[in-house]
Amino acid sequence: MMFRLFCCALAIALSLGAARAQDSDAPLQSLLQANADAVANPSRSTVDGLVAALLASDLPGVPVFLERWRDRGVYLRSSDGLFYYATKAEGGYALVDVDTGQDAGQADSADITELRPNAGVRRVIGSALVAFQLLDDDPARRLAALDAIDRSPSEDQLEPLRLSIDEEPDPALKDRKIRLERLLSARFAETPAQRIAAIESLEGDLGVDARAVLNLILTTSPAVFAELPTDRNIAAVLEPGTEALSEDEAYARLVEAGFAPPLTGVATIKDALIAAMDGDAVAGIPVAGLSTDAAREAAYEALAATGAVPPLVTLDDQAAALAAHRFVLLYAEPDPAITAAAADTLEAIQFKVGLNQAADLALDGLSLASIYFLAAIGLAITFGVMGVINMAHGEFIMMGAYTGYVVQLFIPDYTLSLLLALPLAFAVTFAAGVAMERLVIRWLYHRPLETLLATFGISIALQQLAKNIFGTQARPLTSPDWLSGTLTFNEVVSISMIRVAIFVLALMFLGLLIYILKRTRLGLEVRAVTQNPGMAASMGINPDRINMLTFGLGSGIAGIAGVAIGLYAKVTSEMGADYIVQSFMTVVVGGVGNVWGTLAGATLIGFLQKGIEFLNPSNTLAAQTYMILFIILFIQFRPKGIIALKGRAAGD
Amino acid sequence: MSGSFIARNPSVLWFLLALSVFTVAVTLMSEVTGVGLISTSFVKTLGKTLCLCLIAIAMDVVWGYCGILSLGHFAFFGLGGYAIGMWLMYARTEIIVVQSLANAPLPPTDKEVTDAIATQIFGVVGSAEFPLIWAFSHSLALQLLMVVLVPGLLALVFGWLAFRSRVTGVYLSILTQAMTLALSLYLFQNDSGLRGNNGLSGLQNLPGLDAVPQSVISIAFFWASALALGLGYVLFAWIVSGKMGSVIRAIRDNESRVRFLGYHVESYKLFVFTVTAIVAAIAGALYYPQAGIINPAEIAPIASIYLAVWVAIGGRGRLYGAVIGAAFVSLLSSWFTGGSAPAVNLGFYTINWTDWWLVLLGLSFVAVTLFFPKGIGGLFDLIVLRPVPDRQGDYGPDKGAWRREEGEP
Repeated sequence: MMFRLFCCALAIALSLGAARAQDSDAPLQSLLQANADAVANPSRSTVDGLVAALLASDLPGVPVFLERWRDRGVYLRSSDGLFYYATKAEGGYALVDVDTGQDAGQADSADITELRPNAGVRRVIGSALVAFQLLDDDPARRLAALDAIDRSPSEDQLEPLRLSIDEEPDPALKDRKIRLERLLSARFAETPAQRIAAIESLEGDLGVDARAVLNLILTTSPAVFAELPTDRNIAAVLEPGTEALSEDEAYARLVEAGFAPPLTGVATIKDALIAAMDGDAVAGIPVAGLSTDAAREAAYEALAATGAVPPLVTLDDQAAALAAHRFVLLYAEPDPAITAAAADTLEAIQFKVGLNQAADLALDGLSLASIYFLAAIGLAITFGVMGVINMAHGEFIMMGAYTGYVVQLFIPDYTLSLLLALPLAFAVTFAAGVAMERLVIRWLYHRPLETLLATFGISIALQQLAKNIFGTQARPLTSPDWLSGTLTFNEVVSISMIRVAIFVLALMFLGLLIYILKRTRLGLEVRAVTQNPGMAASMGINPDRINMLTFGLGSGIAGIAGVAIGLYAKVTSEMGADYIVQSFMTVVVGGVGNVWGTLAGATLIGFLQKGIEFLNPSNTLAAQTYMILFIILFIQFRPKGIIALKGRAAGD
Repeated sequence: MSGSFIARNPSVLWFLLALSVFTVAVTLMSEVTGVGLISTSFVKTLGKTLCLCLIAIAMDVVWGYCGILSLGHFAFFGLGGYAIGMWLMYARTEIIVVQSLANAPLPPTDKEVTDAIATQIFGVVGSAEFPLIWAFSHSLALQLLMVVLVPGLLALVFGWLAFRSRVTGVYLSILTQAMTLALSLYLFQNDSGLRGNNGLSGLQNLPGLDAVPQSVISIAFFWASALALGLGYVLFAWIVSGKMGSVIRAIRDNESRVRFLGYHVESYKLFVFTVTAIVAAIAGALYYPQAGIINPAEIAPIASIYLAVWVAIGGRGRLYGAVIGAAFVSLLSSWFTGGSAPAVNLGFYTINWTDWWLVLLGLSFVAVTLFFPKGIGGLFDLIVLRPVPDRQGDYGPDKGAWRREEGEP
């Protein structure tokens, strides 16, 4: 028993002694021990010296220590007075040696104390850390440090950032550092000249953060003065009653600043009268008569005469008070030279941003135009070339999209399934179109209004059928990875790949259709039947066959458009109905019977819609309303569309 | 052109007779007389159906007689409903607000009352002020005037623009559809001033008539609808008979020839378009107090297309055909979609009519267009020998709106 106890005691003593000897000799620990008090109870006055000493020691463990210290991960063990990193573990804390990073045993929570540097100290530590991280060997850590600066820029980051620029080996990171340095300098550099230089160097920078920095410099706050001060950096003098400052707002500011008594409003009068009500009368005036504002005002004045309430402040008083004061916006930045430079630079940037936004808008318009073109081109063939109105065209678009969805159910590889879905959608809708032409439309060629109604019947039947088969919820049509990215030109101008693909698809179909109509036998026959079916028939062309093929072609293209549209919008049974009116508009505006006309119509409508949406971004419904109104008016002036057929080809 | 108006249009007399017998029969069987064979809600359905019949007649005149396939008449119907709905909602809210303000310590000023009404009505769209279009909503008389004026003016302006630039046929249909779409999209916005997609609701509660039971109100509306239908029928029968009727039908059959004969085609078309729009609006003003709620979805282009479906199935070019079509299809539609139609078990699949009714309707519509262009109304030709005008060629009302150039091979 005794022997065992002795052995135990010896072992503990040995291990403690060994640990102690190792720890206090280790360079970082000994450095910390030398400044034990400053480490354990850091303050703003001591921390600078300590951090400088730590940095000067050039020890490998310093950055980790600083990080842990800042994040409250360093503990002091009272039994031996050494510093450890500790994490909560079962039965106390697991200790880690500060030099070696090795496990240093366990400690009871009563035995150790967490070091809690205050916010000011942690900021100093953090900025020292930034210096370390910016010079780290690992580019990923340097990038992370730059991101951290980007997120929360502060004055003390500027110096380490400047020092790290020359050391930076990676050119991309170096560019980023230089840019960040300019952004920080614009706000925090020592002299106004430096700041102005930094601000002016931002000119032409399209980044959102550059504009954010300039806007921060240009931050203003409203203020009221009896006389305009000369020693303040005034951004603007506001006249009450203008759009920038309404009279009520201006007066509210006066009241807030204590320069004027609050206006006796309708509500105030009412409350005061209710409070002063004495039976059925207020100040001797019967309550029943107080059903107009004028009567209430009179009662209030009577009440004020007794001294029960403050005197009535009328609109005249308000106007007088407003005239006696000047309302200004003050820059938070006191130096006018800096704000002037920032304002100039911001204006230049805004102009450039405006140009780029216009380019972005043009891209959006182009992409919308190509979607409309794809949706409408099939209709342009059936409606324009054959004079048949097909209300079920939208449902062919839907059929194409559902075909794509079904193909994806069977083929999980998105690229392959897309490549398969396009021809399959064409085949399915081609067959549906031919069937519809054979069964319904050919009996109605001479009755266009009936065609409209019959195809509408088919449209509601197909829509309900799709609902019965696929359900009412939207089905996804997932695009392959190579289509899901974004093509980015700069910070402002970008477009998703899927829209680029739709644009390319629209161009392909434009080329294909022009080729078919102008260069092939089929196209020749189609054009002949379009112009004069009787004459074409007597030349040996079978108009029935041509009509069937034309209708099939138009429907097939609708199917392909369906796959394309399904890729960026959800596939629902109602998706066709969303496009049908726009498609008709496109064909009618463009000019019937002409592929180029459809292109012109789609371009006009696409750009117009995007333009209206840009002017009124919060309200896409209004944009559509105005666009349709525009189209109705447009047709007044060009009833035959943009590109009208002339001569015999016009048909009438 | 001899004989009195009635003698030349025997169908008017027959129709009025049938309508009055029907109205009296329904009234006798309703809950008002205590018989209760027909429930109040079904009386409302019948009253609404009569309103739909009225707009169907209007559609028949503009399409079946004048050859303008308007896909916008339901927009006028909805505008009429909105116009009357604004007064109903204002007046009812006013009563509630005045009651609640009566307990306030001070008697309310006019502005306080108006503000409280506005808060009540527009709270759902986050506004508390009356838009300008509600300026007349406090007055029933003015708002009834709006029922006629707003759709009438819209039809007049739109028709003048469209007919003046000689937009005809399919183009005109698409243009009217675009107008309808624009209007419904506009109304869907919250800041349109008509409560966005919430629409106007609670219209079945007539202001000041809380004490009157719904059974009485429903019969009153039923009678009003029947009266409107009867008057509308006589009005349109008068319009389409006589010289003007001949011109209108001639425009349908060959517009250019009528123009060359010296008639001002645009005026005739504009007259027909505007009058039918006004009648459609009156039908809407009677319909929505019975329906209780109106929202922009009711105005969507699809509704106007359904209207064309009713008229086509009932039979174009005869007024009673439109009535039969509207009544038949809308009642059948509510029977099928209401879930009261028995499901058909095919062994491998059970046909639920709520799912398949639209498919059936769509296909039967195709069938009617292809095989029975005269519609249900054509069955009457089997009973009564209808005088078929002796015309050159195949063109005429029975083949639908054929135009000469469309008839060329």
